[in-house]
Amino acid sequence: MFMTPLLIAQLGLTLFVFIMLLNSAAVMVYVERKVAALLQQRMGPYLVGPKGLLQPIADVVKLMFKEELRPAAADRLLFALAPIISATAAIAAFAVVPFGAETTFFGLLDEPLRLQVADVNVAILVLFAIASMSVYGVVLAGWSSNSKYSLLGGLRSSAQMISYELSYGLALAGVLLLANSLSLSDVVDRQAGAWFHVIPRWHVFLQPIGFVVFMIAGIAETNRAPFDFPEAEQELVAGYHTEYSSMSFAMFFLAEYINMVTVSAVATDLFLGGWHGPFLPESMGWIWFLVKVGAILFFYVWMRWTLPRYRYDQLMAFGWKILLPIAVLNLIVTAAGVLYFGL
Amino acid sequence: MTIDVIPFYLFGAIAVGASLLVIAQRSPIYSVLLLIASFGALSGLYVLLDAPFVAVIQIIVYAGAIMVLFLFVVMLLNAPHEEMEEDLAREAGPPRSASTGLKVFGAVLAVLFVVELVWALTRRGGESGAFGGASVTSVGAIGRSLFTDYAFAFEVTSVLILVAMVGAVVLAHREPVGGKAPWGEGAPRSGPGE
Repeated sequence: MFMTPLLIAQLGLTLFVFIMLLNSAAVMVYVERKVAALLQQRMGPYLVGPKGLLQPIADVVKLMFKEELRPAAADRLLFALAPIISATAAIAAFAVVPFGAETTFFGLLDEPLRLQVADVNVAILVLFAIASMSVYGVVLAGWSSNSKYSLLGGLRSSAQMISYELSYGLALAGVLLLANSLSLSDVVDRQAGAWFHVIPRWHVFLQPIGFVVFMIAGIAETNRAPFDFPEAEQELVAGYHTEYSSMSFAMFFLAEYINMVTVSAVATDLFLGGWHGPFLPESMGWIWFLVKVGAILFFYVWMRWTLPRYRYDQLMAFGWKILLPIAVLNLIVTAAGVLYFGL
Repeated sequence: MTIDVIPFYLFGAIAVGASLLVIAQRSPIYSVLLLIASFGALSGLYVLLDAPFVAVIQIIVYAGAIMVLFLFVVMLLNAPHEEMEEDLAREAGPPRSASTGLKVFGAVLAVLFVVELVWALTRRGGESGAFGGASVTSVGAIGRSLFTDYAFAFEVTSVLILVAMVGAVVLAHREPVGGKAPWGEGAPRSGPGE
C-alpha cells in the first residue's frame, strides 16, 4: 500500500532529473569546448572517443584523481562548505521547473503525473529564493580561501548578483502579471495555442523587453561572460575558486553549468511556451522543451566566445542605470496593459 | 502528540539554537551564517503554518538579500574577531564603565522585555483574525490587504526605510555634507568598482 505506482513514478522522476542535471553539465562542458573551437576555427577535443565525445568522462576521471589542496590559512569548515552550498543550490533550483506535459507513462499510472519534481504554487519565488542562496557559495568560497584573488572574486560576485537580481525579478514580474499565477506550470499552460493559427501564444511576443532583460540578468546571475567578473582570469587568476582543486573545484564547475541549464529552462517555461510547439503531440512536448533549452544554451556559449568582458564599473552602471529602469518601465507598461486591455 | 509536532520542534530547536549561537560566536562571519540558518528554520515554521508565500519571502528578503549585505559589510570591514574592538579600547585608555544610571536603565529595559515576552506568550487568541479572515496562503489576499487596509502602514514603512538609507549615506560620507558637494563638477566620484 505504501509504495503506490504514483509514488514510485515520482521518486523515479526525481532521480531522473538529478542524473540528467549532472549529465547536462558534462554535455555542456563538451559543447562549450566544441563551440569555442568552432568559433575560433580550431578542432576542439577530438582524441577521446569518436569526435571527442568521451572527453567529459576523461575530464571527470582526471578531476577525481587529483589531489585535494587546501590553503594552510583557510577557514577549514567554510572552505569545505562553500562548494557544497553552490552545487546543492544549483541542483535544488531545478526541482520546481516543469519540463513536459502531464503523462500517465503509456497508461501505467491511474492519474496523470506532471513532468516536474515539485509543483509548488509559489514556484517562481522558490526559484528566486534558491538563486539568492547560491550567492553564499561563491561569497564564502572567496572569503574562506584567505587569498586576495578569491576575496575580490567573492566580493564582486555578491555585488553583481545583488545588482542583477532586481532586474531579474522585475522581468519575471511582467510575466506573472500576464499569467496571473506564481506557478510555473500555470504559466506554461497559458501559452498553449496560437494567435490567428500562426503566431504561437508565447510570452516572448507580449514581453519582448522582459525577455531581453531576463536573459541579460540571467547571464549576469550565472556569472557567465560577458559578465564573468567573479572569475575574470586576466585580473583575478580564477576568482573565487582560485584555491580549489579536484572535486571541490568540479562542484563549482558543475554548479555553473547546472545554473545555466536552469536559467535556460526557466526562460523556456516563462517566455518560449515551455513544451508547447507545432507538429508534435502534447505527449512529445518534452522534445520541444529540449530544443528550446538547447537553443538558449547555445546562445549562452556563443555569447561567451564572441563578446569581450565588460569593465566592472560599466557592469554596475549598466545594471543600475539602464537595465533596472527598463525593467521597471516594462513592468509598469505591462501592468497598465493588463489593467486596461485585459491582455 | 501527533507526528506533525516533530517538524515543529525540529525547526523550533534549530531556530532557537542557531539564534543563541549567533551571539556566542567570536567570528562575525559565523554569526551571519548562523543567523541565516535561524531564518531558514523560521521559514520552515511558516511552511508548517500553511503560509508558503511568507516562507519563501522570508528566505528571499532576509536570508537572501539582507544577509548578503551583512556578509558583504563584514567581509569589507574584514573584522576577523571581536577582540579587535577590545584591543582598540585598551589602546584608547582605561576601559570606561557605564554609569550607574545607564546600568539601571538597562536593567529596567531587560525586565520590561521579559515581562512583555511572557505576556505575549501566555496570551490566548489575541491576534488571530488580524487579516480579517483572509487566508494568508493566498498571494492575492496578502497583496490586497497590504495595499488597502494596511496601505498607510506600508507607505510609512517605506518612508522609514528611505530615511534610514539617507541617514546611512550621511553617516558614511567622509566629506561634510552641505559644503561643496563632492559629486559636483570638478570632483569626479569614483565608481563603485574602483
